[in-house]
Amino acid sequence: MRSLAGLAALALVLVAGCAKPARDDLYVLMPGQEGKTGALSVESGGREAVLDQPYAAARVKEPGRVEAGVVTPQEAQQAFGPALAAQPDRPSSFVLYFLEARDELTPESKLVVGSILTEIAKRPAPEIVVIGHTDRVGSVPYNDALSLRRAERMRDELVKAGVAADRISVAGRGEREPLVPTADEVAEPRNRRVEINVR
Amino acid sequence: MYPRILPLTVLVLSLPALVAAQEAGHIKVSRGAVQIERAGQKAVATVGAAIQAGDLVTTGADGSVGITFLDNSLLSAGPNSVLAIDRFAFDSTTHQGSFESSLKRGTLAVVSGKLAKQSPDAMKVKTPAAVLGVRGTEFLVRTGDPKN
Repeated sequence: MRSLAGLAALALVLVAGCAKPARDDLYVLMPGQEGKTGALSVESGGREAVLDQPYAAARVKEPGRVEAGVVTPQEAQQAFGPALAAQPDRPSSFVLYFLEARDELTPESKLVVGSILTEIAKRPAPEIVVIGHTDRVGSVPYNDALSLRRAERMRDELVKAGVAADRISVAGRGEREPLVPTADEVAEPRNRRVEINVR
Repeated sequence: MYPRILPLTVLVLSLPALVAAQEAGHIKVSRGAVQIERAGQKAVATVGAAIQAGDLVTTGADGSVGITFLDNSLLSAGPNSVLAIDRFAFDSTTHQGSFESSLKRGTLAVVSGKLAKQSPDAMKVKTPAAVLGVRGTEFLVRTGDPKN
């Protein structure tokens, strides 16, 4: 009898051993850098957890077992340090404004060009996307051409300053994407712009 | 003659453009052992290398890698990781498309980009045990056998 009980205990230990989690999956929602935390749904074997608070976490020890909880910032750093340290620089965006009907920058915007060059210089393998826009004065084809001319003018300025041309892509969106919506044929300085995205 | 030949010429000329359009992102950070596996061929992942849909990115015990995608999504993986870029399509005018990746093993940090912002179902990250629906911004993923 004794040995039977011992065997049963051994069997229990063995079963417990087999039930040891096969996985140690961890999913963590981080606070957004722009002050907005998003949300993440974690679905496993028909079970779902929705994470929507900073450092909310879900652990999956086996498919179908989703345990919701939280981690501390230190725990997140400890578990994900090298992945977090390898994050590329966040893309940055600049907006430059133009004189009416011309591909000439406003005096204020000329001053911004230096900081764009600094941003490009500090990035590994930089990519630059230049997108031109116009206000709604003039026809759509006229503004398509003007927006592209503005973008190309900015590309030429960047190339002149030493940025490799093959790193820069250029597009003109004409009057389609006004920063400030207006009726047709309205002059709006804030829509006469070029966006420069650096990543 | 001329009008008959023209469409063929256009077709031939546009083929390389289609191939180039598969580009999904670029390696921005590469530390230690990092490889890109594409169509069975392995290459060292150097800073500036292009990433395409279908690529498998792997890191060694001392490796980590950071990738910036065309929609401004940022994915970075820690050591002993295997990351598959299953699908990437991004329309830079409408910001629509889809981005699916799988972390087979290891650790991953994600900052979602314009795709997830435009449409909540556009970005998915899978692991062997779970499917993550991305409703924006930043999260971390660890998956695999605890012994590894």
